[in-house]
Amino acid sequence: MVRLEKRPQPSRAFSWAAPVLAVVATMIFGGLLFAALGKDPVASIETIFWEPLFGDFAFYYRPQLLIKGAPLVLIAIGLSLGFKAGIWNIGAEGQYIMGAIFGAAAGLAFYPEQSVFIFPLMVVAGAFGGWLWAMIPAVLRVKFGTNEILVSLMLVYVAEQFLASVSLGLLKNPEGFGFPGSRNLQQYASAHNGELIAGSGMHWGVVAALIAVIFAYVLLTRHRLGFAIRVTGQAPKAARFSGVNPTRLVLFCMGVSGLLAGLAGLFEVAGPAGQITIDFNVGYGFTAIIVAFLGRLHPVGILLAGGLLALTYIGGDIAQSQLGLPAAAIQVFQGMLLFFLLAFDLFTQFRLRFGQAEVI
Amino acid sequence: MKLSTLLTSAALALGVASGAYADAHEKTKVGFVFVGPVGDGGWTYEHNQGRLAVEKEFGDAVETVFVENVAEGPDSERVMTQMALDGADLIFTTSFGYMDPTINIAAKFPDVKFEHATGYKRADNVSTYSARFYEGRAIQGHIAGKMTKSNIIGYIGSFPIPEVIRGINSAYIHAKKVNPDVEFKIVWAYTWFDPAKEADAAKVLIEQGADVILQHTDSTAPQAAAQEAGNVITFGQASDMAQYAPSPRVSSIIDNWAPYYIARTKAVMDGTWESKDTWDGIGAGMVGIGEISDAVPADVKEEALALKASIADGSYHPFTGPLKKQDGSDFLAEGATADDGTLAGMNFYVEGIKGDIPK
Repeated sequence: MVRLEKRPQPSRAFSWAAPVLAVVATMIFGGLLFAALGKDPVASIETIFWEPLFGDFAFYYRPQLLIKGAPLVLIAIGLSLGFKAGIWNIGAEGQYIMGAIFGAAAGLAFYPEQSVFIFPLMVVAGAFGGWLWAMIPAVLRVKFGTNEILVSLMLVYVAEQFLASVSLGLLKNPEGFGFPGSRNLQQYASAHNGELIAGSGMHWGVVAALIAVIFAYVLLTRHRLGFAIRVTGQAPKAARFSGVNPTRLVLFCMGVSGLLAGLAGLFEVAGPAGQITIDFNVGYGFTAIIVAFLGRLHPVGILLAGGLLALTYIGGDIAQSQLGLPAAAIQVFQGMLLFFLLAFDLFTQFRLRFGQAEVI
Repeated sequence: MKLSTLLTSAALALGVASGAYADAHEKTKVGFVFVGPVGDGGWTYEHNQGRLAVEKEFGDAVETVFVENVAEGPDSERVMTQMALDGADLIFTTSFGYMDPTINIAAKFPDVKFEHATGYKRADNVSTYSARFYEGRAIQGHIAGKMTKSNIIGYIGSFPIPEVIRGINSAYIHAKKVNPDVEFKIVWAYTWFDPAKEADAAKVLIEQGADVILQHTDSTAPQAAAQEAGNVITFGQASDMAQYAPSPRVSSIIDNWAPYYIARTKAVMDGTWESKDTWDGIGAGMVGIGEISDAVPADVKEEALALKASIADGSYHPFTGPLKKQDGSDFLAEGATADDGTLAGMNFYVEGIKGDIPK
């Protein structure tokens, strides 16, 4: 007989082994799925994981990993702080949208003036937009005890309506023949978040993501606030006795995650995307939740997880085009990753026991 | 010559020269970038039908590749680049939001031909193409005006952009022509494809007395809502939606990209491809009118087919004066027809439509 037994202490080793096992299991079961679809499983897995990094055109795909991974890491770092403390900001997608709208609006307000001050102003505006949007569920929670999961999630849909509205109205390109969408910031030098080194994929968003990783690491390991976050998540009562102010903690965690999501939106709209359009958001805010958990809510883990997810996206598109895999199969593949992670996570708290239960 | 120059320029454009691109291919490679899944039953489905038609037409002489569910923005740039690097000769980008990405990537691959659907930016190696769906709307308007008993026609708009406004105007003009008492109620769904929202919009319109629903969204949810309500008719959008025939779906507008895709692939094979703007309608077969079902009386069907024929042979233009704008100012004088520039940027309702275009 096999049964689960709670471990006296959560296993640290398993906590780190789970993501690796999840990736391996995803490769195996993903391979079976691709084989069932009549594709060569080894070639499929190789295309997804190997091709972008070491294939013939890796010179192009490697920089793309930075472009795809940076917003994920930036958002996930912010989310992880709250998640550690049991504060659940599920609405990063909305904060990402609002950051992009505020930032792009700040830049477009000066069009066609050129000045070195425009881009920094946009960065501030983008961060403010994301922060503001996260403050709504934060303040509602601390004042009225509302559930921040529901409020922040619902505000994503509100933000999407704002996005449609400004694409069709306030920020619509006056030279766009009535079509929705703003001017392209890539064509407005002062507002363009371009590559810092040509062909490297490095833009300010990548820099910001790396800074955020370091900032979060120092905060969590060296700072009193980091201690407050950890202790609140593990033992809320103990946190209260040790003088942690839960109200301030909610405002801080929600605020930082909103701010970083807003920044991610700004860097995306001013750089790779270029435009505010109705379909500007592509789900980074939601995918970042997976990245945060895949990375064990640890800054370095998140960095790696962001890279891994970006890899499956880029490799997945290559597999679609080269091998004719359907997009849905790639999405199932990505879904498996989270599923297996959660499954293996069970073993950090529990262990398998073989044989008869002892009778006491 | 084509392959080697293509790859060298690709490599040069990206700042890399390498000997890794040796595998010569004689097949013409055609890439398709799709915004939705190929099984959406509407917009992307029909583009994919066009792709399959290209494969069928040229057999072993072509190889087609596609990527579905590609988000507009940097993801689409990456997918286009990847297709170009993999040796595509011709790439169709099938959503309006791919416009700037297509122009960006086309500049990096001067020897690859690009075709962008529904946009207005062209380059030496970027053509644009779109369909005159408003021609189909005229026929829908005619049938709707004849069929309505409540004189209220519901219209589910997607986004208030010229393409959609043009369709509303065209349908209204022709409904009004056959039924002066007709009134349009317009609901903006702010989506191209969202069954839940479309169903809600259809229900709201039916509750307000509409017994004909026109839609500029791609799902069959309005058909389902109409069937449930009974005595409400609808028209298929993007694809035929024949599963709801003969009623509530009485006819449809079908996007038929196959002839265009075949012609453009042929042009690349023959080396005669040139950058141009194509805007074809019923005449060229890009806009198809689905079978008008028996739910429509024979005389109305006959009139509708006559209208279709006159549009197809060019003897009638759906925007023919005298027409006034909603604010009462002159739009077209007696006998005058709207030019393509006016149609492309249409951002006003014609006289008689109530309500404002959302800003």
